[in-house]
Amino acid sequence: MRNLASLVVGDKGEMVQISDNSLEQKLLEMGCTPGEKFEVVRQAPFGGPIAILISSYVLSIRKEDASNIAIKLLKSE
Amino acid sequence: MKIALAGNPNSGKTTLFNALTGLKQKVGNYPGITVEKKSGKSKLSDEISAEVIDLPGTYSLFPKSMDEEVAQQVLCNYDDEDYPDVTVVIADATNLRRSIFLLTQIIDLNMEVVLALNMVDIATKKGIIVNVDALSREIGIPVVAINARKGNGIDTLKDTIIKTLKSKPKIPFLSVSKIFKGVIEKANIIRGVENDYASFMALCKQKLSGEEKNREALNQLCAVNEMIPERAQAKETVKRYAKIDEVINAVVKKTDPSGRYMVNKRIDDLLIHPVLGYVVFLSVLFLIFQAVFSWSAYPMELIDGVFVDLQKFTSNTLPKGLLNDLIVDGILAGLGGILIFVPQIAFLFAFIAFLEDTGYMARVSFITDKLLRKVGLNGRSIIPLLSGAACAVPAIMSARTISSWKERIITIMVTPLMSCSARLPVYTLIIALIIPAEDYFGFNLQGLVMMTFYLIGFLSAIFVALVLKFIIKTDEKSYYIMEMPSYKIPDWKTVAYTIVEKVKVFLFDAGKIIIAISIVLWFLSSFAPGNKFEQIEKKWAGTENAEMQIASEKLEHSYAGIIGKSIEPAIKPLGFDWKIGISLITSFAAREVFVGTMSTIYSVGDDDIQSIQTRLSDLKNPETGKEFFTPAVGISLMLFYAFAMQCMGTVAIVYRETNHWKWPVIQFLFMGVMAYVSSLLAFQFLS
Repeated sequence: MRNLASLVVGDKGEMVQISDNSLEQKLLEMGCTPGEKFEVVRQAPFGGPIAILISSYVLSIRKEDASNIAIKLLKSE
Repeated sequence: MKIALAGNPNSGKTTLFNALTGLKQKVGNYPGITVEKKSGKSKLSDEISAEVIDLPGTYSLFPKSMDEEVAQQVLCNYDDEDYPDVTVVIADATNLRRSIFLLTQIIDLNMEVVLALNMVDIATKKGIIVNVDALSREIGIPVVAINARKGNGIDTLKDTIIKTLKSKPKIPFLSVSKIFKGVIEKANIIRGVENDYASFMALCKQKLSGEEKNREALNQLCAVNEMIPERAQAKETVKRYAKIDEVINAVVKKTDPSGRYMVNKRIDDLLIHPVLGYVVFLSVLFLIFQAVFSWSAYPMELIDGVFVDLQKFTSNTLPKGLLNDLIVDGILAGLGGILIFVPQIAFLFAFIAFLEDTGYMARVSFITDKLLRKVGLNGRSIIPLLSGAACAVPAIMSARTISSWKERIITIMVTPLMSCSARLPVYTLIIALIIPAEDYFGFNLQGLVMMTFYLIGFLSAIFVALVLKFIIKTDEKSYYIMEMPSYKIPDWKTVAYTIVEKVKVFLFDAGKIIIAISIVLWFLSSFAPGNKFEQIEKKWAGTENAEMQIASEKLEHSYAGIIGKSIEPAIKPLGFDWKIGISLITSFAAREVFVGTMSTIYSVGDDDIQSIQTRLSDLKNPETGKEFFTPAVGISLMLFYAFAMQCMGTVAIVYRETNHWKWPVIQFLFMGVMAYVSSLLAFQFLS
């Protein structure tokens, strides 16, 4: 299974599962539920956070947290 | 009647709050907890008026940070004095799915609730068509389409609020008792309240009122039914979104499936660029400081002139004597010292409100998170840090959105090092004395020096953060999860309200202290122990043109002179005399008191009424006979003000926010040491 941190800007995917408990709760409440589609739209400079377009808004999250999010790759850039 | 206003961050909540209450707002505290509460009066109809409470923005009723906890406390505790009669949830129509999550939780708590659906018109333009009536039917509560900025739909919203009073939702949005069969009913019995969702929250270890006594029983109930709170909560969230998706599919029609990010993409290409992004950020800061300095020069001169005239007029009109002196040298001198800085403070707060309102601040967080993490901070720390350039008190409170304890503490500890607006008066006065008003490569030289001092503040904040990162230990994990709102043209009304609110706080809260201290100072410098003044007068009796000598000798022997002289040995190595010593002491109440104090001390006994600046630049050093305010003295003094914790308000807020005296004490000490050492080095090196 791929994780969110491995994607690059332009990739599209679908949420599968979040393994870190408190991260999971926070992201679920913000609409990152399993099956929800998203697109990676931004990568901050110097290996900073990434931004994804999900549920019609832009959410930014650190790379190390993104590596705890299992996703299904739908379209690779 | 009480109304609570709830909603996600960036949903237009503050704009709606302003539209409902106008300027009838006040900032206070929630009883028991030490969190700022913004409330205001709103006239709903000719007969009914209500108190509206603006809750901090939150995504759900399960809080992840301190400010979200406040929203939960108000909405979930029936015996809380702020418990609302009606809750208005504001949701962004362009982002309906996530926005109504919180709403459906509130419905399930069986509260009287109205949905204010913001920006339906803009959503339509973007190809997201929301059927408002169908939405109202699906979720079973009244929905009003509004545009908070334009003020559309506000009257309908007010009518709907009145109608909603005492009419609770008929059915829950999501029935938790069906998901967790048997458990919720038992929890209701334990709690003695028939409220499924509240009982579910209690089972998930949320702090609801009177829950402590039931804690044991509820934990046991979880254990017996093999219900793990974290898993249960995740399961419930997923089910809730599944239900929300059904509703969205039924009421929202999307004509343009590409989403709305495309509009922002071009701007982000520049503002998040690995090189240009930082260039833009620094340029914005540079522009702000140049603007604050040069734009406010004209109104400041005007205010200064008016006060000099007013003092002259009062001095000549009122009969000579103590009362005349008190009004002219005590009250008017102090008052002028405060009012003159209103233009600069207004400009500074205007810029900060502007940056937040446009959505730019979130981008700055995004590109600085990685860098700030290296020094133990968080991308979210940039908001407190930049707001610290206006005032450390609200800035420290805005650190509540940082969920990691360690990052939050470090942010709180270093924010007072950022140059706040109270340091502006001090810097302005001294820079005008020691730096010529020339242009340097097309830039105002005084503005450049000012910016350097802001930079010193910022760099020292970063340095201290780095030190604290290695000292403070924690096992807690830190996150950076932040929404990047769409860019928008700022709502000028919101910016204007912010300026009015901040200037009001400065004028009345700080002003009161400044006036009081001015009067005390005038008293201390106009009287002396025993008959010292008579002796001085006797000594000079008969000598011609001795007024100046008499006045300065009197001041030296007055109560203020005695206090100043007693600390002079400690501050002499920094280049300060006993008169500055008095100002340093009074500045511990608040930094801006410095200017008022200086103008009071130097006016006493001086018959010529002139502005404080001319007076100080004419000042001579009694030992060298040359001007007193040399660059060495000026720089040393500015460095002292850059580092020293001379603000009782900040000490108090740090105590409140950390709930421990340890933090403000540590902060006071390290800042004091930094101030003394840097002033000492600067003065000894430069002179």
